[in-house]
Amino acid sequence: MKALRNFFDKIKPYVEEGGKYHAFRSLVDGFETFAFVPNQTSRVGSVNIHDAIDSKRIMSFVVIALMPALLFGMYNVGYQNALVAGQLENATFVGMFLYGLLAVLPKIIVSYIVGLGIEFVVAQWKNEEIQEGFLVSGIIIPMIVPVTCPLWMLAIAVAFSVILAKEIFGGTGMNVFNPALITRAFLFFSYPAAMTGDYTVWVSQSSIFGCGYNAPEAITTATPLGQAALEGFSGYDSATICNAITGLIPGSIGETSFIAIALGGLLLLWTGIASWKVMLSVFVGGALTGWLMQACELTEIQWYEHLVLGGFAFGAVFMATDPVTSSRTECGKWVYGLLIGFVAVLVRVLNPGYPEGMMLAILFMNLFAPLIDYCVVQRNISMRAKRAINK
Amino acid sequence: MAKVIKLRKGLDINLKGKATAEVTTVKCPGEYALIPDDFCGLKPKVVVKEGDNVLAGDALFVDKVHPEVKFVSPVSGTVSLVERGERRKVLSVRVTCDEQQNAKEFNTDGDVKALLLESGLFGFFRSRPYDVVANPDETPKAIFVSAFNSMPLAQDFSVALKGQEQEFQAGISALAKLAKVYLGINPAQKELESTTDCEVTVFDGPAPAGNVGVQINHISPINKGEVVWTMSGEEVIFVGRLMLTGKVDLSRVVALAGSEVIAPKYYKVKVGQKLTTLLEGNVNEEGVRVINGNVMTGLKTTKEGFLAAHATEVTVIPEGDHADELLGWIMPRFNTFSTHRSYFSWLLGSKKEYAIDARIKGGERHMIMSGEYDKVFPMDIYAGYLIKAIVTGDIDRQEALGIYEVAPEDFAIAEFVDSSKLELQRIVREGLDILRKENA
Repeated sequence: MKALRNFFDKIKPYVEEGGKYHAFRSLVDGFETFAFVPNQTSRVGSVNIHDAIDSKRIMSFVVIALMPALLFGMYNVGYQNALVAGQLENATFVGMFLYGLLAVLPKIIVSYIVGLGIEFVVAQWKNEEIQEGFLVSGIIIPMIVPVTCPLWMLAIAVAFSVILAKEIFGGTGMNVFNPALITRAFLFFSYPAAMTGDYTVWVSQSSIFGCGYNAPEAITTATPLGQAALEGFSGYDSATICNAITGLIPGSIGETSFIAIALGGLLLLWTGIASWKVMLSVFVGGALTGWLMQACELTEIQWYEHLVLGGFAFGAVFMATDPVTSSRTECGKWVYGLLIGFVAVLVRVLNPGYPEGMMLAILFMNLFAPLIDYCVVQRNISMRAKRAINK
Repeated sequence: MAKVIKLRKGLDINLKGKATAEVTTVKCPGEYALIPDDFCGLKPKVVVKEGDNVLAGDALFVDKVHPEVKFVSPVSGTVSLVERGERRKVLSVRVTCDEQQNAKEFNTDGDVKALLLESGLFGFFRSRPYDVVANPDETPKAIFVSAFNSMPLAQDFSVALKGQEQEFQAGISALAKLAKVYLGINPAQKELESTTDCEVTVFDGPAPAGNVGVQINHISPINKGEVVWTMSGEEVIFVGRLMLTGKVDLSRVVALAGSEVIAPKYYKVKVGQKLTTLLEGNVNEEGVRVINGNVMTGLKTTKEGFLAAHATEVTVIPEGDHADELLGWIMPRFNTFSTHRSYFSWLLGSKKEYAIDARIKGGERHMIMSGEYDKVFPMDIYAGYLIKAIVTGDIDRQEALGIYEVAPEDFAIAEFVDSSKLELQRIVREGLDILRKENA
């Protein structure tokens, strides 16, 4: 510890203003504040003591909450690969996990290098500290794309979203849209073939470094929702519901397992990082709309199946609850969540061309969150104005 | 029975080094200082010269805009120094006190306001909006007195009140001649429930329930164009003493508290007293922060500083600037206090006492988490939105969101819990100052 402290003390003069390596200030500063809690004490005129919570710890806990879904996603990538290759009986748990790790790790690395790289440059340019927001976005992004998504596409999409959806607005805390979802939306509209295409994208069908199996031929593997959209009600198999809860279905890397997502969700709720109001109301909104659609005989998918299939649970737990882009008022959170659930199921059921509605629902409501808040805050303002008149 | 208002929002922080209810008297220590900056919004004009002899109650400086508002010497003696800083700003006026203390006599029969102005006690009124020294030309809607301070390690007013009940009542009765007086007490202060000439309200809840701003918001919120005056409990005792004896006696019972104090207890001192008289031999030597006031709203000073005019406690905590804590973002940090459940304070119960140092423990960020402030802000105001309106300089929106009702101290707990580490009290203070200039 002492050695590390000395190391930072030694290199600091070089990166400070006027130093030889000033261009690396944000980088050194970022690593130093991660290694040590800043020793800076509060100024005169502000509160003298502070709660130990900071945004580093909050973001780290979100990353921890994402781990069950990520690890399960890796296993599922291997499992799906063995399944399409018809080698399920020969595959081992470790083998399948290792395959998934090899398939997913490059995506995580690319996402972090591109995203954090831009963040460091911007922090250096604006002479600010590096912000931690991308630690979360950077791990969510690989989890919400198909496993076969090419790395170059991912890199372009990450750069697009970090620059245009976040930094342009002023960085973490100022963005209107969830950067991870913007990445996915960018991929979805720019490279539709790679994102859903002919339904071969959801399962990795070739071996990596000798790990996993080559599928005998390109096999079409739709997600359960895709199947339902593609083939109508007849193509939809209700038995998949159990697999959707455990997560052994094709889909984006991190979204498939309801159980793994629920574990992360519990941690987020327990630590209070995610708003329980948003999380609950998304599920309630989705369930009510699903039930309504079913009652109107527009779909055969049961209301509870909507909640476990596709990206609904992942979106509700990890993305709708993003504190920056969701409603900031307590009343607003209810409205915001309910409408996300409503719009997501509405898109799923009524739009035949697009089986999944969660991404669009959250982005759409990100757009409306400030309006919802405006209405809530306006009520307080009118009350105050009225009080002044009636005094 | 007094009306009881229950407050849910807020936060009580259990800090180490609470003062025991034992009161020690400190001998006259030589030098006293009255600091103009303690009276917010004041432009001081010094009316004494170095070498002048003053009595306790003689003016040292006055307000340039309202020269009738005087700020008087707490002791009799010789003016030893008029300390000036950059651009000749008056930093303090110091008086070396005499062996024999003499106080100026005031006639208490006349108009109360004129008497308070003459005796320098009017300067202890603060007015809202803006949380500044009151303007004698204005007529307040009401006068609010909070008889308790709910901030961590703050003075327990009951200790200060002991033996001064008569003075307190006399003070309240005098204030009642200026405007309607509201007195806010906590459920433990049964002895104050029978105070007359005022409306007593009991506030039951965590900090900042003792903040007069919170109490105003629940009793009679301030509308645009209205003015209320506030005074702390001990300052009401000053007024009472003046009414009963005709002399100004700025003696306070302050708490010396904090984890770095060897024997935390109460001291009977005067406003402007040199802190060395309290601290010498009673605090740890190295790496401490001495705070004039409590940890939430007090100002950092030095061991050689002077007791601030409004301070009812002196707190000494570790500075912590050499803590070098490793990997704060993931370590369990069992001895660290946090309201957040990613730490373990919730597990250790509310009985555990913490020694919190002065580190910010994080970097300043934009507002990321939502609802953090609202949980500890027991007023009908959207704190986060108000802060944003102040930061963006949108005066109409600040007014609409209720800036006239708040003072920096109301944001202290919110600033403590803020994960984005924004300096809320400073933001609000600057916002109020700008607004005051605009509205002048």
